[in-house]
Amino acid sequence: MLVMPDEWFEINGFIKIGNNGVVTIMSPNPEIGQNVKTSMPMIVAEELDTDWKNVVVEQAPLNTDIFTRQLAGGSQSIRQSWPGLRMAGGAARQMLRTAAAEAWQVPVEEVTTEAGMLRHAASGQSAGYGEMASAAAAVPVPEEVELKDAADFKIIGTSRKNVDGHKIVTGQPLYGLDYQREGMLIAMIVHAPAFGMQIKTLDDAAVRAMPGIQDVFTFKTYADDYEPAWCDISAFTEMVAVVGNSTWEVMQAKRALRVEWEPQPDLIEAVSTGGQQIPVGLENTAAHRAHMEALGAPLARVTRRDGDPEAAFRDAAQVIERSYSAPFLAHNCMEPMNFFAHVTADKAELVGPIQTPEFMERSVSARLGLPLEQIDIQMTRMGGGFGRRLYGHFLVEAAVISQQVNAPVKLIYSREDDMTFGTYRPAYYATYRAALDAAGNLIGFHVRAGGIPESPLFSNRFPAGAVDNYLAEDWTIDSNISVGAFRAPRSNFIAGAEQAFLDEVAEAMGKDPIALRLEMLERARTNPVGERNDYDAARYAGVLELVRDQSEWGEDQPGVHRGVSAYFCHNSYVAQVLDMVLENNRPVIQNVHCAIDCGIVVNPDAAINLAEGGIVDGIGHAMYSALTFQDGVPQQNNYDTYRLIRHSEAPKSIAVHFVDNGIDPTGLGEPPYPPIIGALANAIYRATGQRIYEQPFAPQLEVFMREATG
Amino acid sequence: MALFTLNVNGNRVEVDADPSTPMLWVLRDHLQLVGTKYGCGVAQCGACTVHLNGTAVRSCMITVSSVGNQPITTIEGLSEDGSHPVQKAWLEHDVPQCGYCQAGQIMSAVALLDQNPSPSDEEIDTWMNGNICRCGTYTRIHAAIKTAAANR
Repeated sequence: MLVMPDEWFEINGFIKIGNNGVVTIMSPNPEIGQNVKTSMPMIVAEELDTDWKNVVVEQAPLNTDIFTRQLAGGSQSIRQSWPGLRMAGGAARQMLRTAAAEAWQVPVEEVTTEAGMLRHAASGQSAGYGEMASAAAAVPVPEEVELKDAADFKIIGTSRKNVDGHKIVTGQPLYGLDYQREGMLIAMIVHAPAFGMQIKTLDDAAVRAMPGIQDVFTFKTYADDYEPAWCDISAFTEMVAVVGNSTWEVMQAKRALRVEWEPQPDLIEAVSTGGQQIPVGLENTAAHRAHMEALGAPLARVTRRDGDPEAAFRDAAQVIERSYSAPFLAHNCMEPMNFFAHVTADKAELVGPIQTPEFMERSVSARLGLPLEQIDIQMTRMGGGFGRRLYGHFLVEAAVISQQVNAPVKLIYSREDDMTFGTYRPAYYATYRAALDAAGNLIGFHVRAGGIPESPLFSNRFPAGAVDNYLAEDWTIDSNISVGAFRAPRSNFIAGAEQAFLDEVAEAMGKDPIALRLEMLERARTNPVGERNDYDAARYAGVLELVRDQSEWGEDQPGVHRGVSAYFCHNSYVAQVLDMVLENNRPVIQNVHCAIDCGIVVNPDAAINLAEGGIVDGIGHAMYSALTFQDGVPQQNNYDTYRLIRHSEAPKSIAVHFVDNGIDPTGLGEPPYPPIIGALANAIYRATGQRIYEQPFAPQLEVFMREATG
Repeated sequence: MALFTLNVNGNRVEVDADPSTPMLWVLRDHLQLVGTKYGCGVAQCGACTVHLNGTAVRSCMITVSSVGNQPITTIEGLSEDGSHPVQKAWLEHDVPQCGYCQAGQIMSAVALLDQNPSPSDEEIDTWMNGNICRCGTYTRIHAAIKTAAANR
């Protein structure tokens, strides 16, 4: 254990150095399990040139004066903070060198650093950072900072353990749900049971008398005249709050509450979508599916056209057409939505799990009528994010409830509240067509993709740029079911569909699926079609070649059924090979090879962990998960009915291989997730002889296995 | 409300709670032992796993009135300082991502190894299927259990 110093000296907003050389580094961004609380301070420590074992990491509060983009989303924390974190460390190092040069009366250029020590070789003088920290804190912030060459990195590129690891395995308080405050009350919400319903009457007479209950009331999350920001998505904005002394008492009261609900009048009317009248109101999964199949073609808008795709399909010797679908998904962070709030006349104190503190500070400021300076948001470690906690209505709800009861309050969602609240991954549907000429060449490619209520299409991603005649179209259908970003938004569906379709096209062309992709990427690299292609074909091909070599692709092993897939999103490239075997007629994922090009890898073992998680997550949702609706009511509200992947269903091993190219780091939290669904679908085909088009896969896979065994 | 005397992590503690209160909320709200996590409340996710008489149970399903003087061990009571072989194996493999489910995973793994010191892969699979990890750290959990088994 580190000995804490007697005195701290603040060098800049990121760094405090103690008189004994211990360094505190603030981790600016929300930690959702992507491990930025370790990797971001590692970047600062690298340029500070300190010894990692003398570093203490603290989670920074929201502070827009010091930090920028305190947000967990889009796999951007490392990519966008890379220059700023390096500058923060490098500037502090320079200030320490300046302080030493003045103390020793030597030229600053001759003062060197190493692992928290300052040295002047010519005079033989040396000092620890702690000895110079007081003087360094008074040095003006340098205007220009010299950064290290990547070749000199000693911390970046080496595996460092999770800084919260010990606290996690010993059960110390870390999460919003663990937060305690003297005099704190517990609050829970009751929202409408169906999308499209609202409160009609509330009968709280019996509940008010229940033990430990302090208050019951209806409230609105946002003011009526408030224009919600993107992060304010919430399907249920008028709810009942139950406030009491303890969680169990409030849960009991919540069950006893009598609320009458009624359909929202404005949602009974038909809603216009691209000229089509789509009835909404209380929605059903069966109708969703029928709408997506029937309305995609009439609603489609062309988003990209290269060459003459209509002619290519008209003249084709063979046309392959396949449609793919995926259901709504709930994020299901293991830690349900929650937030602590203590709102007084002139101050709002908020503590909890939030991916967008800066945005939600504005929302809560507007709701409470308090200026931003009087709102303090502290971020706790999050029990998962996956995009769900980008949308912080629960933070505002906690503040409103605290203001109403005039006490510190911790708002807790039950699992059922959490799973039925919306902000889901949308339902998607895509139809792909490929045109082959008589010689089996790919002469046309057409994708028409849409969803409820969002399209998953990226028109300018591969295979755009690799086919002469290319057509992309998208469409959307309105819904009153709220949706939000879910790990690798849109890519989490379209990658699997596209990569499964390409597998079928390769088979029809008589080509190896990796060889076909590499041919197409070579075309896109040397002679691209169109100008808006948003990927680097050489890096794309690079991960395919790496996974081909590492997996020894082409050297068939008896009984091993392999599927391959590759995708680009969040600025990074991923290719995967999934090996499926049949054990006692049960499909088992024996191994996954995963090649990633995300530039410089800051913390390799943690990066491997994150990639493993993305792979398991992608397989799990594609295989098992679905949220369905009957009359607007989610048909799954806990893990007994909503399936998540479990221990025995995960791949038995995962091998992650990084491309070593020295490029500044790009995204990692999301890119490993989307392509694995294609690799899985393709392996299922090799194992069973049947193509799979609809997620979740597991129920159909069971049918395939039964058919195969008679 | 009623008074209950419990044996938690080797300590005798008194709790004034409704008899129907699940041990999960007694631990978290009454005793401030928040290492035991709420995930589902219906014994489906395993985040609230503790040991009752040395057996892994879902504390969301055990009412305070049913416990009597049977000893309860939570993640906080597994070791003074994180030195239990399973905790050490978890750190060696740097298992957690978000970390929320890991206390429950560890408590399940400890109970497994207590009754089966060298479980097979299949036995680990079957035993650990009751603990959901939404981040997908299952391969590391599996490896850490094997390491802990080897190191005990």
